Amino acid sequence: MKIHEFQAKELFRKYDVPVPDGQSVESVEEAVTVCKRLGSYPVVLKAQIHAGGRGKGGGVKLVRSEQEARAAADTILGMTLITHQTGPEGKVVKTLLVEAGQDIAEELYLSLLVDRETASIIIVGCREGGMDIEEVAARSPEKIIKVQVNPLVGLQGYHIRELAFGLALTGNAMKSLGGLVKNLYRLFVENDCSLVEINPLIITKAETVIALDAKVDLDSNALFRHPAQLAYRDLNEEDPLEVEASRFNLNYINLDGNVGNIVNGAGLAMATMDIIKQAGAQPANFMDVGGGATAEMVENGLRIILRDDKVKAVLINIFGGILRCDVFAEGVVAAAKAIGLKIPIVVRMEGTNVEAGKQILAASGLSLISAVDLRDAAAKIAAAVA
Amino acid sequence: MSIFVNKDTKLIVQGITGKEGQFHTRQCIEYGTRVVGGVTPGKGGQKMDGVPVFNTVRDAVDKTGADAGMIFVPPAFSADAIMEGADAGLSLIVAITEGVPVMDMLRVKNYLATKNCRLIGPNCPGIITPGECKIGIMPGKIHKPGGPVGVVSRSGTLTYEVVDQLTKLGIGQTTCVGIGGDPVNGTNFIDVLLAFEADPATEGIVMVGEIGGNAEEEAALFIKRHVTKPVVGFIAGLTAPAGRRMGHAGAIISGGSGTGQAKIAAFMENGIHVCENLGLIGQVSKEAFGL
Repeated sequence: MKIHEFQAKELFRKYDVPVPDGQSVESVEEAVTVCKRLGSYPVVLKAQIHAGGRGKGGGVKLVRSEQEARAAADTILGMTLITHQTGPEGKVVKTLLVEAGQDIAEELYLSLLVDRETASIIIVGCREGGMDIEEVAARSPEKIIKVQVNPLVGLQGYHIRELAFGLALTGNAMKSLGGLVKNLYRLFVENDCSLVEINPLIITKAETVIALDAKVDLDSNALFRHPAQLAYRDLNEEDPLEVEASRFNLNYINLDGNVGNIVNGAGLAMATMDIIKQAGAQPANFMDVGGGATAEMVENGLRIILRDDKVKAVLINIFGGILRCDVFAEGVVAAAKAIGLKIPIVVRMEGTNVEAGKQILAASGLSLISAVDLRDAAAKIAAAVA
Repeated sequence: MSIFVNKDTKLIVQGITGKEGQFHTRQCIEYGTRVVGGVTPGKGGQKMDGVPVFNTVRDAVDKTGADAGMIFVPPAFSADAIMEGADAGLSLIVAITEGVPVMDMLRVKNYLATKNCRLIGPNCPGIITPGECKIGIMPGKIHKPGGPVGVVSRSGTLTYEVVDQLTKLGIGQTTCVGIGGDPVNGTNFIDVLLAFEADPATEGIVMVGEIGGNAEEEAALFIKRHVTKPVVGFIAGLTAPAGRRMGHAGAIISGGSGTGQAKIAAFMENGIHVCENLGLIGQVSKEAFGL
């Protein structure tokens, strides 16, 4: 689960990870009030959206007076910010982070992430901060310091030394970084993070280290043990259909295509999207109804898919293991009758009680198109959108 | 022959008295798996369909000689259950549960490295040696005993699709291993490929991957160097958008890596027969394995 920069910085504050003095606001007046409280300029105003690339998109402004602050806040709040990560439709900015400007001597990069392969927490540091770390990694991989921490062992002094000496820090900056990394590691583990990224982490002219930016991704699987984290969820950042689907416990992602699909199992659902593309159409969504697909779920799922008027046909692909095909077929028929179908629905079922399931569909009196196997399903969906 | 499980495997079920635990234990018993006991703290002394229930895994192992465990425990307690199983001396644990926090899995994986215990999963359908032993939730009926094809997959129903096609073509399976859809898991492709390579009854291997991470790329390199048997590879999610978790916690393309295209390329560069049309995977396998 992603959270905003201002929320990440709140978390940083709780763990004594230094961040600029600042506050999040939702109006121009509030922005001006914060500037007054900060007491001096320059002040930085930063659009708060989940996507990166905000600076280049015009969502970050350095201001040197109250007048400039007012104008910048007015421009950014309510703007549709388009970055290389938002997609062409961009994101409407509702929140602004107002921060005291800093005396930057140097910009570093620091992140903590989970490494799947080694089952460890990796600390990544680089003396070249403030830019695309992947670019640096491609251009000068030797500049990237990676320290691997076994989570059963925890962060040790030698990990910090490896990082600090690798970055060739000296004096106070080295000491400050040590303290910061200890706190950041604790934050990472205690909050079940999947990523914590500070880019840039600045060394000020006074040799202190401050997180100028903060990115924190939380493990959604762990939300159950962090009820407070639910407050970080920003529904504005989520697709409204997806928000609705989540309320029905449907695993749904809205995409741009013309063929909706309902599948049981994430792998099969992804493969079904691929089948749709190979048939010459585009998937309108990802939807995994899992093993517990009741009539209600099918109906809710179909309704959500059909709300998207780009959808010209629907492919239902079910492999019944625990899920019985006859039970599922009853669900499809009930849903189709309740909704009233206006577009073709191709149903392909396989597995437990498949013959009984096919009979139920055939006897329903609905114009559902039955497919005998995947190749048939692909051909029929191609015909349906042609 | 087979890998990891066979007719001699003795299974205990952790979480046996829960709704899921009961249902799937019955299914496994019906299939022919030797279920020798179950564990639900506080219900020791009871029986589930004649299967004795114990309070702890240690107790269950002491009394039954079980060597494998199947876990039907909610995500919050799964890591605890897995570690308990490993501590009690089980040599194989199959964790079906979806939703285990990644941090828990980091600890579990590092702990299990100190034990003689293989973990399969979590978030997996399990493992089956058709005709001999089913530890998981897969539909037994679609499998065909006797080999000669081994199947390894990150998915559940997608695996069933593959197995069903093979069976319908008269091609049996030695063992089917679902390694699961999580980013950090106990057994990876390479672990299974190594075992299939060493299994005399396995003549061909079908590998079902998906977007996210680089397990398939690593496996492809491994296959080039260490696997002599033919491999058919499939990747789900070629049309998935970047940055989104496609159901499985591990199925996410991030920072440009973990794309389906990269995995297909890795397969092609390393001598793996790529099947891009799921409807044809049975046929492609038949041809690739000369069956």
